Amino acid sequence: MNEGLFINIIIGISIASVPLIFAAIGELVVERSGVLNLGVEGMMIVGALLGFVVQFHTGNPFLAVLAAMLGGMVIASIFAFLTQLLLTNQVATGLALTLFGLGLSAFVGRAYTEVVIQRITSIHIPLLSDIPLVGPLLFSFNPLVYLSLFMVYLVWWFLFKTKQGLILRAIGDNHDAAHAIGHNVVRYRVMAILFGGAMAGIGGAFLSLVQVPIWGEGMTAGRGWIALGLVVFASWQPFRIIFGAILFGGISILQLHAQGFDITISAQYLSMLPYLATIVILVSLRIRLKNKTNRTVPNCLGRIFHSTT
Amino acid sequence: MFNRRLASILKLSLLSAVLVFTSNVFADPVKAAFVYIGPTGDHGWTYAHHKGVMHLKETMGDDVVITAVESVAENSDSERVITSLARKNDIIFTTSFGYMNPTLKVAARYPDVKFEHATGYKRADNLSTYQAKFYEGRHVLGKVAGLMTETNVIGWIASFPIPEVIRDINSAFLAAKSVNPDVEMKIVWVYTWYDPGKEADAATALIAQGADVLFQHTDSTAAMTIAEEKGIYAFGQASDMQVYGPNSQLTGIMNNWGPYYVERVQAVKDGTWTSADTLRGAKEGMVKFAPMRNMPNEVKQVASRAIIDLLTGAAHPFTGPINKQDGSPWLAEGETASIGELMSMMFYVEGIDSQFPN
Repeated sequence: MNEGLFINIIIGISIASVPLIFAAIGELVVERSGVLNLGVEGMMIVGALLGFVVQFHTGNPFLAVLAAMLGGMVIASIFAFLTQLLLTNQVATGLALTLFGLGLSAFVGRAYTEVVIQRITSIHIPLLSDIPLVGPLLFSFNPLVYLSLFMVYLVWWFLFKTKQGLILRAIGDNHDAAHAIGHNVVRYRVMAILFGGAMAGIGGAFLSLVQVPIWGEGMTAGRGWIALGLVVFASWQPFRIIFGAILFGGISILQLHAQGFDITISAQYLSMLPYLATIVILVSLRIRLKNKTNRTVPNCLGRIFHSTT
Repeated sequence: MFNRRLASILKLSLLSAVLVFTSNVFADPVKAAFVYIGPTGDHGWTYAHHKGVMHLKETMGDDVVITAVESVAENSDSERVITSLARKNDIIFTTSFGYMNPTLKVAARYPDVKFEHATGYKRADNLSTYQAKFYEGRHVLGKVAGLMTETNVIGWIASFPIPEVIRDINSAFLAAKSVNPDVEMKIVWVYTWYDPGKEADAATALIAQGADVLFQHTDSTAAMTIAEEKGIYAFGQASDMQVYGPNSQLTGIMNNWGPYYVERVQAVKDGTWTSADTLRGAKEGMVKFAPMRNMPNEVKQVASRAIIDLLTGAAHPFTGPINKQDGSPWLAEGETASIGELMSMMFYVEGIDSQFPN
């Protein structure tokens, strides 16, 4: 294998993984706060559309990404309103959100199916990016690739190094206790849900702004669901998200390249893999939980909080 | 244009479907329904069917009421959608290969409704099949690809290993080989009809492996967009994709379903509809070509010659001698492939290096 092809594969893997990292790191914070939002796919697709639309009209990638974040947050705020204030069932609301997002974006996006935009290009740092092998592999990715890694670090720092992060985790583990000692459960959860929406929005925008600069209905094609699986796969640990995303994204890219070298692996197995891996992790978590050695699953995940006092 | 009113956006399942109804106030029109695999905005396969449907509406006007359901997955979902359409329509067109068995099942339950399945091979008294000779289009494209490639590597983004896709690959490869003996074909299977992200990844992978002319058998415009960016050539699929590849699109196959739809719906109206197996190509106008661009005149001449040969019937894309991939003989000198063999083709021809998908 030559160097160019190797670099191409690495860049391909990064492009396939980044939408998953963004969507999953947002959902991780949401789930750490004890809320299960199954609307990731819906928030992603709205982000993909809005990012595309703003990039088309303004040509400003910064505004495009911002719009995608806002779009994701608006959709997430519907979820937050319904589940946190009206106390609806989180699973049903999340599913509805996905369907709503897919339908809404398809409807609004009709006007944008015939246009092409300027793709957000990768960075090029003079000197550093020109170092053979190391340059392309460390200093020449798309800016959003670096942002995704930074967000993972930021979430880790927030959850485990700040007081607010500790409170958020406490709320996810026992909302009644957290409420009893005076923390505002609903406020923390709404903030977490909005953050999840913003991240899913960028994840979606990465598809339409970086991976392929077109808008297509339903172009997220199930990536939101893989992101949800990824959170479980990472057993709610931020850095494991990166590992899982590279694994899931890498498989799909390597499989395409492998075909060129005439190595064929049945596609059905490959498309099963992310979900299969998630099930395996869930089972192993359950076994560990039974032995009471580790409690990684947020205890209040998916449970409705209703303060009576 | 097409006066349509969004009667309802029904989210039927996770793989949602959108119902679009047209308004009609006149009595006794034919009620025709269409089931699409993708969104009409895919600018590929479904878009081409949708254009055919608009042609039908324009031609027949108030004599037809059209219902179309988009993005229907090729699983049990499709059977449910077809069934619900069968209750209210006179004729139903199901426009993807994977709808074959569901259509057959529903047709058996509704003997008074006429069914038309695109690209399949199972028929009944009230179930017709229709198919375009895309392999004729691929034959012309293959010649262009063979002449235009500089790396001698042609890339192919393939959807599912079904006879239609295999046939097209073989047809294009034979044509490319006939004008360029050194040509090689790299095939990547993506196992989807529509996933712009994955199609783009596949295009990028093929380009990284040296391909400088891309074919696609998927429905979005992603591959064309990538080709334009990387400065290589590609062919439009099912529709003219020139907008996405002004410097890349050489030509493309355009599926022209409109006249067939008019003919069949009119037959229902006249009471002359019978079950049939229709296969039409360039000669009958079901397969058309996007304008030839971005190529020198000599290549255009070769392509035009190939089209004329198809129109006059002077050439057949599968004319012997042709061996199968394993070297066993298939067609003898001068022999042409029968329709039956073409419709069930599940092997590569000799010279394609890729392993046949299992």
